[in-house]
Amino acid sequence: MESTQTITQTPTQKRTLVDMNWDPITRIVGSLGIYTKIDFANREVAECYSTSSIFRGYSIFMKGKDPRDAHFITSRICGICGDNHATCACYAQNMAFGVQPPAMAEWIVNLGEAAEYMFDHNIYQDNLVGVDYCENMVRETNPSVWEKAKQTDCPNFEAHGYKKISDIMTALNPFTGEFYRETLQVSRYTREMFCLMEGRHVHPSTLYPGGVGTVPTVQLFTDYMVRLMRYVEFCKKVVPLHDDLFDFFYEALPGYEEVGRRRILLGCWGSFNDPDVCDYKYENMEKWGNSMFVTPGVVVDGELVTTSLVDINLGIRILLGSSYYDDWETAETFVKTDPLGNPVDQRHPWNQTTTPRPQKRDFDNNYTWVMSPRWYHEGEKGEGSKYLALDTGGGPIARFWSTALAGKVDIGYIKATGHSVKIYLPKTAMKDEVEFEWKIPKWSNAIERNRARTYFQAYAAAAALHFCEKALAELHAGNTKTWSAFKVPDEAIGCGFHEAVRGVLSHHVVIREGKIANYHPYPPTPWNANPRDVYGTPGPYEDAVQNTPIFEENGPENFKGIDIMRTVRSFDPCLPCGVHMYLGNGKTLETHHSSMFGSHK
Amino acid sequence: MAEEAIPYGRKTQRPSPVKEVHILWITAGLSCDGDSVSITAATQPSIEDVLLGAIPGLPKVHLHNPVLAYEVGDEFMKYWYQAEQGMLDPFVLVIEGSIPNEDLLTEGYWAALGTDAMTGQPITTNEWIDRLAPKALAVVACGTCATYGGIHAMEGNPTGAMGLADYLGWDWKSKAGLPIVNVPGCPVQPDNFMETLLYLLYQVAGLAPMIPLDAQLRPTWLFGKTVHEGCDRAGYYEQGDFAEDYNSSKCIVKLGFWGPVVNCNVPKRGWMAGIGGCPNVGGICIGCTMPGFPDKFMPFMDEPPGARVSAGTIGIYGRIIRSLRSVTNTTVNKEPKWRHRGTELTTGYQPKNY
Repeated sequence: MESTQTITQTPTQKRTLVDMNWDPITRIVGSLGIYTKIDFANREVAECYSTSSIFRGYSIFMKGKDPRDAHFITSRICGICGDNHATCACYAQNMAFGVQPPAMAEWIVNLGEAAEYMFDHNIYQDNLVGVDYCENMVRETNPSVWEKAKQTDCPNFEAHGYKKISDIMTALNPFTGEFYRETLQVSRYTREMFCLMEGRHVHPSTLYPGGVGTVPTVQLFTDYMVRLMRYVEFCKKVVPLHDDLFDFFYEALPGYEEVGRRRILLGCWGSFNDPDVCDYKYENMEKWGNSMFVTPGVVVDGELVTTSLVDINLGIRILLGSSYYDDWETAETFVKTDPLGNPVDQRHPWNQTTTPRPQKRDFDNNYTWVMSPRWYHEGEKGEGSKYLALDTGGGPIARFWSTALAGKVDIGYIKATGHSVKIYLPKTAMKDEVEFEWKIPKWSNAIERNRARTYFQAYAAAAALHFCEKALAELHAGNTKTWSAFKVPDEAIGCGFHEAVRGVLSHHVVIREGKIANYHPYPPTPWNANPRDVYGTPGPYEDAVQNTPIFEENGPENFKGIDIMRTVRSFDPCLPCGVHMYLGNGKTLETHHSSMFGSHK
Repeated sequence: MAEEAIPYGRKTQRPSPVKEVHILWITAGLSCDGDSVSITAATQPSIEDVLLGAIPGLPKVHLHNPVLAYEVGDEFMKYWYQAEQGMLDPFVLVIEGSIPNEDLLTEGYWAALGTDAMTGQPITTNEWIDRLAPKALAVVACGTCATYGGIHAMEGNPTGAMGLADYLGWDWKSKAGLPIVNVPGCPVQPDNFMETLLYLLYQVAGLAPMIPLDAQLRPTWLFGKTVHEGCDRAGYYEQGDFAEDYNSSKCIVKLGFWGPVVNCNVPKRGWMAGIGGCPNVGGICIGCTMPGFPDKFMPFMDEPPGARVSAGTIGIYGRIIRSLRSVTNTTVNKEPKWRHRGTELTTGYQPKNY
């Protein structure tokens, strides 16, 4: 499991580094391994390599297929947010086929996707990532923190019913913990809500380009609404509970804000289309993008750079890192200009050609199946730094940050203020009305990514209340049409933008002779978990892990790596998109060590 | 007297002869982890019902699944090495994801789990199957990828993906004499899987006879009926009243719907707690439980070849339709020919090896 080596950095400086490896990282979706070198004397991570080990080849086997099949196929990319892919694919199909679904269909899709956020954030937060904060884990990694938790009262005891912080931690123990089991149940009825709207979780049956096959009846919305109100009541408990837990970590471990911290570089591609505005025409994309119920945007150092989906689209670049693929610089350019006449880069997903080249894993050369998505920002100095390594922070923190700064969303239940987002939850069976406010935090770090996730559970519920009202208004007016007819054109292009649960999601399609000529989906994890690009810019995990100080009380002999785990899991990794990463830094160190990964167990 | 204090029920219940059983769950096939996520939705039984001993007669169950595990890295992998060394007996091996063809490669890998201590290279998923399958009490393929290849085994795929039975052999038997148990579905219907697992645990405990499987190795009580036979829209079919587009709650057989020839219980069972499904709630059946999925059902949104005949002749009941359907059913119950082992890729993708 470990080996010790002494590395001479300069004649006067010596660091003792210990190899610590975790492969696989559990309690995430997909295959991820983390390989680190840790400086225990200085309590910091000196180097981090990260790798995942699956390649499936969607962009290859989709070529030549019927474009109408795209959403059925791409749903299978991900087993926890497959419906986000299906939805995003339908958005791209709608653009390519020139079809606008009836308003009822959009509300049904929005209700389905809202249920997905409610389910997925819930199960991830408390059944997967929550275990990193449970009694068993804290006692194993930081006994003094556990002792402190037993002495610390919960400020929000009234709201959630747990007296001491340690009571929350005990309730989070896997399977035996009361709150752990409760959230498993919550993850079920929220998935029932999802199934009401989209048929099946996680690969939906009722979504189509042009709308949905779901039958809008009074019963459909009754069944959804009663479950939604149960979840609204649950939110009134879960948000204060996590505030207490996360605030406690800042208090118990001064400096914990540095864990997983990186520069504020956040991307959000927007979520929940407004059928009153969205016509799926590329030419109007900036306008309808700005009417989404989660505002798209790019946030650089706390400033909102753009909210335009056209800017976002044209800025996407896929750079080769150290991956097992051939370059496509000289391959075919499928799309030279977008429908507005703007030039489209050869490194844009519309123009990407994927050719796998399997080979030995070599941490000094190629060791990854994933490339490095970047967002081109003219404002930065220096050619390499113009390619921003945006992260999604696991989704919610970027969605909130963008939505808050843009100040556009205002639907009664939710208001973006320019510096915060207010969420209003009405009275439920046992609890009075509540207003939560997500405020822009000081840092983009592990705790704030996790906190935002909890607040977004409430955001999704509040948004669903709005969508329910809109859908019922359509139903009461007799507007029960859910699908618009279309013809597949011989030649077309399309793009879809959405927020997968854990962050930005785009689908780009090129249709020729009525078949798929090129298809490239870009889910959130490649954005978060990529290697250094050709300009040497590190991927987001690199920053986050390598800047992480070690607070764990264990030494190398029984080290759990909990601070590293909390950092990695704060991004809500979802690896089925076939990600391999290299998180290397410490240039001096790198030149002195010979690759030893796996040579010790 | 002490004997009088013993509850009556304890006299009738037999404790499991096997005290403990481990479930080793590999998600590192070519998968999306959707089947693991799916089982967290199950309630009949739920995962915690099984793990916390809520069901009488079962052995104590230890689950080792990467999506849910408390342990990380080596602490998690130690069970795999113990199983390989025969120290974790008995165990049930669950495979999730298509099995890639690693024989195509001269170097590198398509799918792997953990790292080989000697070479520093990832250990392929196929290697783990080779190591563990001979030692397992039972091997279960969870989801359509693992059972028959599924989406990743589509025509033109670069990995040569196949199902577990294509990899181990269709007549493969575990050391306890069990064939591979296939629970297809994309993803697997939550309760279908947990119920199959429960059955196997009953069998381990000596409380059930050999699990009944059909020729495609599916539990017969779950996959013995077609989608159409369980669909609440079949009444419209009977009346010859068909939906012309997706704005309809009538029978959608003309809209790209394979239900009459697909073995699946979802319209009857629903997706969760009786809610959701496919044709019963307006979703076309794309045949996602079937060996022929996806290729034999694409394009999904076109009317299937058989549908027009049977829909048009709906007045004539009986043998004709049933035999027509049985021909199609036989076809879609077979995998496409390119899902196989060997050093050559026959999916249509170039190169044929790497």
